[in-house]
Amino acid sequence: MRTRVYLLLALSAGCATAGARERSKPTPAQPGQAAAASDSTSVSRVQYPSTYRRRPNPPVLIRGATIMTATGQEIQNASILLRDGRIVAVGEQVDTPADAVVVEGGGRYVTPGLIDTHSHLGVYAAPGTDAESDGNELTSPVTAEVWAEHSFWPQDPQIPLAIAGGITTIQALPGSGNLIGGRSAVLKLIPGRTVQEMKFPEARHGLKMACGENPKRAYGRRGQAPSTRMGNMAGYRGAFIQAESYRRRWDNWRKEHKGDAPERNLRLETLAEVLRGNIFVQNHCYRADEMAQMLDLAREFGFRIRSFHHAVEAYKVADLLAQDGAASSVWADWWGFKQEAMDGIHENAALLEQAGARAVIHSDSPSGIQRLNQEAAKAMYYGQRAGIPVTRDQALRWITANPAWVVGLDSIVGTLEAGKMADVVVWSTDLFSVYAKAVQVYNDGWLVYDRNDPARQPRTDFELGQVPRPGSDR
Amino acid sequence: MIALLLAQTIAITGGTVYPVSGPKMANATILIRDGTIAAVGTGLAIPADAARIDAAGKWITPGLIDGGGQMGLVEIDAVRGTREGTLTSDTVAASFNVAEGINPASVLIPVTRIEGITTALAAPGGHLISGQAVLIDLDGATVEEMRVKSPVAIVARLNADVKDEAGGSRAGIAQRLRRVFTDALEYGRRKADYSRAQMQRLAAPAPDLEALLPVLRGELPLIAVANRKSDIETALRIAREYRLKLILAGAAEGWQVARAIAAAGVPVLVQPMDNIPTYDALGIRYENAALLAKAGVKVVLMETDTHNARNLRQQAGNAVSYGMTWDEALRAVTLSPAEVFGVGDRYGSLEPGKIANVVVWSGDPFEFTTAVEHVWIRGKEIPLRSRQTELLERYRSLPPKY
Repeated sequence: MRTRVYLLLALSAGCATAGARERSKPTPAQPGQAAAASDSTSVSRVQYPSTYRRRPNPPVLIRGATIMTATGQEIQNASILLRDGRIVAVGEQVDTPADAVVVEGGGRYVTPGLIDTHSHLGVYAAPGTDAESDGNELTSPVTAEVWAEHSFWPQDPQIPLAIAGGITTIQALPGSGNLIGGRSAVLKLIPGRTVQEMKFPEARHGLKMACGENPKRAYGRRGQAPSTRMGNMAGYRGAFIQAESYRRRWDNWRKEHKGDAPERNLRLETLAEVLRGNIFVQNHCYRADEMAQMLDLAREFGFRIRSFHHAVEAYKVADLLAQDGAASSVWADWWGFKQEAMDGIHENAALLEQAGARAVIHSDSPSGIQRLNQEAAKAMYYGQRAGIPVTRDQALRWITANPAWVVGLDSIVGTLEAGKMADVVVWSTDLFSVYAKAVQVYNDGWLVYDRNDPARQPRTDFELGQVPRPGSDR
Repeated sequence: MIALLLAQTIAITGGTVYPVSGPKMANATILIRDGTIAAVGTGLAIPADAARIDAAGKWITPGLIDGGGQMGLVEIDAVRGTREGTLTSDTVAASFNVAEGINPASVLIPVTRIEGITTALAAPGGHLISGQAVLIDLDGATVEEMRVKSPVAIVARLNADVKDEAGGSRAGIAQRLRRVFTDALEYGRRKADYSRAQMQRLAAPAPDLEALLPVLRGELPLIAVANRKSDIETALRIAREYRLKLILAGAAEGWQVARAIAAAGVPVLVQPMDNIPTYDALGIRYENAALLAKAGVKVVLMETDTHNARNLRQQAGNAVSYGMTWDEALRAVTLSPAEVFGVGDRYGSLEPGKIANVVVWSGDPFEFTTAVEHVWIRGKEIPLRSRQTELLERYRSLPPKY
């Protein structure tokens, strides 16, 4: 049996008292406006807040490593100091505090924790039974009212596997069967009993939208709208037209407080938050021409698309995406599994980078999420071999700083800079090598995974007593 | 005669050659003539008329062989009209040979071969007995030109996903397989009675029972897809009972019975990057390939995602990360699959007389930094082009070049 992870604090007893980060401020349903509403209604109360708390930890100094900051620097023989969940200093000269746990980095590489903008961990949990297939609310093409966090199962045994791959933050999304699939959850990838314990403090929700084959297939075969791509577009437009008037009713009522408050409608509440810019649109969309349609849709209703997802043809409209500021979360090499994926090429991310658009390498896979570094490596080297200038720092940003921006947390995570959250990965060697493995993973300063210490390899309840644990890697 | 007159010798010089059948050779030369390897070694005399390829600083290996997937049998997974690998009707489809379903014009073929994979299995899917797998080279205008061996094996499944074809129980799968095998033997002994309609109803139609006879004579291997430890043990048991030449595929929990598999002399087709637990294999783990190899099992690595068969390289690299030696991993994507599929005399290593499937790499074939520089299939140099490279050239700068 695994020693309880909390006991690692015994390492340096004097530091076990380091204060927990202040409990995150509750996020109201409609930030900045809730106070105006009557305290007696549900809308004014905190909606499913994060209960995340940082674990107290001793300071950690990793020294003698190659540190890649994702801010343009790759520093040899460098050190990084983590304290109270923050990065204190990065560089060639960092003083070693007397109370710090020292990690010798010889030959190893240090990067920010990796962030996956597209995961279905917890909502499509292993072992993959119908009982846990909770990602697609396929009962209506617009289900903006559902929240991925209400499906998320924290005991998904895929979670520790992803942690061992160096992932520290994920966006868990509903599936793509619906035009509008519901709200995403941005989570710290740590063991937890409840999703609330994992919810990234201050993170906003995303809204999953989907173009193309999936929604029209899911509903068309039932003889229901949408059954065509033009039906898809009509579906989004109809939903946002309703949301516009809902938003107006609420905004007016908040100003004037005349009569009863409008009745809450969860579906329209989510869409109104998109119109107010408080929820980011995360748009599953493969084909270039459809991305252009979605940019027009966003202009029609006055919102922004934060990131296209999958976007296998993003390279064909890299200029449009750069101009609009929309990111593209793409794979290195998935293609051909459906017709809209036929034109996927290895150089997609590199061509986006070349055009000045924001590229992200995402997984959409419980397997791929364990090797996001390898996927970024493929995308980088194929780009370089095709003569497209891509730097190692840019490729690192595809799996750190850029995804942090996609989920709106780029001021908090995604780079190694003083003041940022101590989400840090120590790699056995250059992370762009096929032979690289995450050796240590720090999440908010907590050593949540250590490949060389079975006591620091978290296991879910699911695994206990039924998934064999023969070696140090499981 | 004409072929001889046209024959050209290709000399690949100066590279580090990994013959797989023996130790690597620095600064060595490979001579290719008439589609086969004429010589490999250092200090070879190079014929004056030979076309020279300077491979100084490069790594040279046999073309990689993917031991899984459905190459040529699927164009777009989600478009039914482009899928040929599974019969929808028969649950015992032993006579279904996929060869005539293979599309030599598939766009997946160039995408795959320009990454150094020169040979692949085209295996049928689904059902208790899926059909006959075929081994193909990834070049040729017709199936006949591509075919390396047909059939290579008959594929059977001992998995949860075929339980419904056996009454809903794993034990039912075993029972049905035994009935089919027993009936095939009986049919083989009493063909005359069968043709006079003097036999009871058999467990499968005569052509399928007929197709199983080489398997039951131990001439043609049975590939058994099994992942749970108990399913692997069932496959080993049935193979013993009927004296089958067994190949295990998947074998996710194989590491738990590695010694028994080794003792039975059964080779295993493994996908090293699989580690997501299911109720079919809660013990699935990255170290499977390494632990099997350590126990003395002949391991073949595979990439079953046909569109990304090119990621066989990455599969092998990850197998090394999780405990296989680099040499073992290279053998597991070259000579071992050739041997397991019965073509070890012609494929899988760089030796005189072997088919000239040869790849020149800029470095370690398993590393992402490495580029494929030359590919020969049966001695013919393959242009490094695919539909994907054409898309790249069209959109390399915007607006696109129409």
